[in-house]
Amino acid sequence: MSQLIKVGISDLNVARAPDTLVTFALGSCIGICLYDNVTKVAGLSHIMLPTSGGKADGQAYRYADTAIPILVQKMLAMGASKARMKAKIAGGAQMFGSATSNSAIGNIGKRNVDAVHQALARQGIQIIAEDTGKNYGRTVYFYADTGIMQVKAANRGEWNF
Amino acid sequence: MAFHTYDDLNDTHIDVLREIGNIGAGNAASALASMLVTPVDISVPEVSFLDYGEVEERLGGPEQMIVGLLLFLEGDVEGMIMFLLHQDFANSLLTSLLGQTLPESGEFDEMSYSAIQEVANIMAGSYANAISDLTGLSLNITVPSMCVDMVGAILSVPAVHFADISDKILFISDEFSGRDLNAPNHVLLMPDMVSLEKIMTNLGIEL
Repeated sequence: MSQLIKVGISDLNVARAPDTLVTFALGSCIGICLYDNVTKVAGLSHIMLPTSGGKADGQAYRYADTAIPILVQKMLAMGASKARMKAKIAGGAQMFGSATSNSAIGNIGKRNVDAVHQALARQGIQIIAEDTGKNYGRTVYFYADTGIMQVKAANRGEWNF
Repeated sequence: MAFHTYDDLNDTHIDVLREIGNIGAGNAASALASMLVTPVDISVPEVSFLDYGEVEERLGGPEQMIVGLLLFLEGDVEGMIMFLLHQDFANSLLTSLLGQTLPESGEFDEMSYSAIQEVANIMAGSYANAISDLTGLSLNITVPSMCVDMVGAILSVPAVHFADISDKILFISDEFSGRDLNAPNHVLLMPDMVSLEKIMTNLGIEL
């Protein structure tokens, strides 16, 4: 029996085939899916903000720069190889459209996307699929069996990456 | 002493916020009644501090579709007000105002968008006036922006904005009822910390 493992906001988790990871309703947050296609170990992190700014506030899973190294470590502990890890990412929308673009929160989605790119580059992990930006929410399913990231957007459809 | 998180609020502070919620909801109901030209009754609003996960669950889970309206408070009091309207409520409003419901696609046309925006404007004004009347502080609201999407995605906006302050938000739940209008209505009132201090200080309440 395969299990569906939920990942909340500012949370992360790992799974092994045939299990599936899911995180619901990403807005400006980003879902980062990491996969080793030999051991079929998968990881999913749901980050909310770009960087911790060096703060040790006990919220390491909340920030792109601190969550991604932890996710990698958890996958290594399950026998995954860092050299084989590939990333797929989704989210980083600008909810409420351009109306909030002038405020500090308006471009948080974009800043999250940039921070995720940087954090993955530091780990030497390549991004092989990306569905980011725009102005709508996304739910992400990540199948440890296949490494497929499925993105569902309300009233808009679903796509496999 | 100063507020750093919502955990610094004591019962007296929370009572003040409840009172703002009550007055605001009362004003909003009368404004709505005059706009819709129909009597609107309002139940006693329920005011609570909830974390985002609880708000999501109250509203039907993270993937529940909802109409979100976001406004900023500016002036002496700064922060955010967000209305979370069930699509039924939005439909009731549109039926009363325009004699039409939301398009099947869930996409608002320009007319519906303006109508809902105006309702949000009036309702947010009611809450802003409640703060102003009670404390003597002056504040404005920005033009509302609207988004129809999953609750979780919409809530990520205040969650990010207030991430450094708290994982909890002031959640006001009202039940408006009237002709063709019977749906729960949810308001998130989110003054920033400095503004909360000003509200309390102006009322002569110790921090």
